[in-house]
Amino acid sequence: MAELSSNLLYIAFIIYLIATAVFAMSLSDKKGNEKAAYTRKWGRIGYGLSILGFISQLGYFVTRWIASGHAPVSNLFEFTTFFGMMMVFAFILLYGIYRTNALGVFAMPIALLVIAYGSMFPRDIAPLIPALQSDWLKIHVTTAALGEGILSISFVAGFIYLIRMVDQTVSSKKTKMIEIIMYLLLCVLGFVLVSAISSAAGYETKFDWTDKKDQKTELTYNVPALVGPPNGTQADNHFGPLLNAPSWMNGEEAPKKFNTFIWSLLTGGVLYGIIRLILRKRIAAAIQPKLKNLKPDLVDEISYRSVAIGFPVFTLGALIFAMIWAQQAWTRFWGWDPKEVWALITFLFYAAYLHFRLSRGWHGEKSAWLCVIGFVIIMFNLVAVNLVISGLHSYA
Amino acid sequence: MRYEGSAVRSQTYNKTFIDKIWNFFSSVKVGIGIIIVILVAAAIGTIFPQEMYIPPNVDPTTYYKQEYGTPGQIFYLLGFHNLYGSWWFLLLLAALGISLIIVSIDRGVPLYRALKHQRVTRHESFMKRQRLFAVSDHGISFEQVKKVLLGKRYKIKEDNGNILAEKNRFSRWGPYVNHTGLIIFLIGAMLRFFPGMYTDQTLWIREGETAAIPGTKTDEGQYYAKNHKFVMELYNKKDKQFSNALNQVNNEVPKNYQSNVTLYHADPSHVVGEAPQLKKVKDAKIKVNEPLAFGDYALYQVDFKLNEFHRMNLKLEKKSTGKSFGEIKINLFNPKSEYNLGNGYKVKMIEYFPNFKLDEDGQPATENSVPDNPAFVFKMFTPETPKGETAFIGIRKNVEAGKNKYKMTFSGLETKNVSALTVKKDRTLPIIIVGGIIFMLGVVQGLYWNHRRIWIQQKNGQLWIAAHTNKNWFGLKKEMQAISQESGLVMPVDQSDEKSA
Repeated sequence: MAELSSNLLYIAFIIYLIATAVFAMSLSDKKGNEKAAYTRKWGRIGYGLSILGFISQLGYFVTRWIASGHAPVSNLFEFTTFFGMMMVFAFILLYGIYRTNALGVFAMPIALLVIAYGSMFPRDIAPLIPALQSDWLKIHVTTAALGEGILSISFVAGFIYLIRMVDQTVSSKKTKMIEIIMYLLLCVLGFVLVSAISSAAGYETKFDWTDKKDQKTELTYNVPALVGPPNGTQADNHFGPLLNAPSWMNGEEAPKKFNTFIWSLLTGGVLYGIIRLILRKRIAAAIQPKLKNLKPDLVDEISYRSVAIGFPVFTLGALIFAMIWAQQAWTRFWGWDPKEVWALITFLFYAAYLHFRLSRGWHGEKSAWLCVIGFVIIMFNLVAVNLVISGLHSYA
Repeated sequence: MRYEGSAVRSQTYNKTFIDKIWNFFSSVKVGIGIIIVILVAAAIGTIFPQEMYIPPNVDPTTYYKQEYGTPGQIFYLLGFHNLYGSWWFLLLLAALGISLIIVSIDRGVPLYRALKHQRVTRHESFMKRQRLFAVSDHGISFEQVKKVLLGKRYKIKEDNGNILAEKNRFSRWGPYVNHTGLIIFLIGAMLRFFPGMYTDQTLWIREGETAAIPGTKTDEGQYYAKNHKFVMELYNKKDKQFSNALNQVNNEVPKNYQSNVTLYHADPSHVVGEAPQLKKVKDAKIKVNEPLAFGDYALYQVDFKLNEFHRMNLKLEKKSTGKSFGEIKINLFNPKSEYNLGNGYKVKMIEYFPNFKLDEDGQPATENSVPDNPAFVFKMFTPETPKGETAFIGIRKNVEAGKNKYKMTFSGLETKNVSALTVKKDRTLPIIIVGGIIFMLGVVQGLYWNHRRIWIQQKNGQLWIAAHTNKNWFGLKKEMQAISQESGLVMPVDQSDEKSA
């Protein structure tokens, strides 16, 4: 059952990949009726594939649930892949309303990145510790992930709006910001590539060092060490660290995470450089002409609509259900745990967004930038709070 | 300025101090500002752990500097280690509450008045000002238009051959409903600080022990709990389903923490010092995620201590022969001062240190009354040594005053588990739940529906048409397109497009 489950996830991943390519193809430069028919045809195929991939991933979810005996949303791998699945679900929902192929061109690869990122964490089926043994695990986590998935689509649409609308003839702060977002997305891809290649090669290098509890331990890197632990010595003859992490970076696996982080930034940089060399212009400038048939107010509307649908779902899942469960498991409905605080920050941010938009008339570009910031907050809560800040929610 | 044609207090008065405060908080801009300040402050508070999450036995004045260096020290000095309980953070939350109340009254009341008394026939300039607007020379059948509008669930008012079609007006109240929910929620959170509303205490209770549950004493009596057994279960590393994951980690993975207890209630005792009469309420298994609820209270499994020393057994032996002259069993919570072994053999306990340590002067002392490291000073009496021999006995310690002929040797240990149970009473919960439900209903009401209005008027033989929505113009345009296709009504033009084009 566990094997069937991981195969289904793998199949879903491939289908999503094909769907992305099909959606990208559907953005054509053709004119007139011929174009409309072409777009409609390939859009339909892409949409069909997205649904097929979603069903396959749903199969992964159900079979893994059966294999483990609990909802598979209990560690970083399970949660992140589920979050990616909810992004796809939200995309399917919004494409159903607006039929915009461009949305697929961006939503599908970003969901793919999220799923691939999650797959780099330990994938073994783990039992639940007592604090997680509750029906609220499935209720709270799935609703929160669904809310975040829908909110992510508002970023996707907002990002498309920015690529479509920001003047690319001159370099400006805005064009730079858009390129930075492109670069960061490529860094995630970089992380996935480096992790996947190293693990396929079975690479390992070990360090002896003293961690913050003053314990001599061994730290195993799974990617080549650019940055070693502070005051550590390498225990083998593999490629050695170019420099050591600063001495305050002495948390349990901090130097290892920092090393992987540096790798991601570098690989992202290389990927970005290669793409720029091929395109000979900013990435967004290369994409912009493909989007010229897209109505800006339609994408703006999709972006807003995603927040309008996602905000209540997120509030229900990440705050209200979370509070009910926290009252049961931790004796209090609110305890200022970092994950709780970041859920509140996400809530407050989108509340501010809605006020800006509905009361102060922030439409179009301003609104799109806000959606970008919102996605950064969601990602921060997913990545940084789990890996850096942690707290009560630190599972993996 | 007027709101939907109705006077707004904040735009009308600006004389007194109260007017100025009112006007400050009635601004949506100020409200968003407060939200953003709270958001940023809350984020800063997560950079390093809050004081409540650092280990309990460390000194925060040095901990933050030691663990996180200079940034940690700054974090501590600025008071961010206790940010969410600081006066200025609470003040920000209060400001948000005030802003919610004032903004709701300032806009809600005039909006209600305006929408209640809407005129069907509007002035030309009103029509022209609407974002969706058109003038057409073609006459059409009003009956057909009305049929289409009714089909789209519009409510229709007519006056002088003019039409006002409106739908989902209730969605306009969404923001006011959700703000009300938030205000109730905040009031509920505030009520915690009033006496009698909130209890949060922890009880350490040993197996076999019966203890009064702190914080549950009222005029009607008090609750007691007896801890029969604390159970800890671990996952089996050979468990096929989870073996891969379990073998990745060095530690054992816990499966269950559970205290088997009996809950008692005692009426208030009339005689001081008399043992309370316990009446059994129920037996329960308290697990993580499954608290025991009774009355206003809930009892939670929160912590435990395994194998706490309970009873220590020692034998009196003659050093030269190793012969034993009897065993003493010391209850570490309630030791006796003298243990008589018969035949002239006895042991006196001169001093007892439940949790032995050496104090600053190098003198024996005890850390606290928990017997984690018990040590004793004994005086041993035998027929051979009638004056007694003194010895200091601890775990792996044996110090003698002179040269003794007899000694005490360790012969056995009984341990017990200890459960930590937290007792909670929170009378604010119902208010907070009601606030949360109202908030959610308001958000859904405000976001999932849109208030749409369409005015159709005949002026000088022409047909004027204007349409308005409070949000989601895209949706309104799509609907107008459908209406014009079905009824022959001219499709109004989006005037904001024309401006930007």
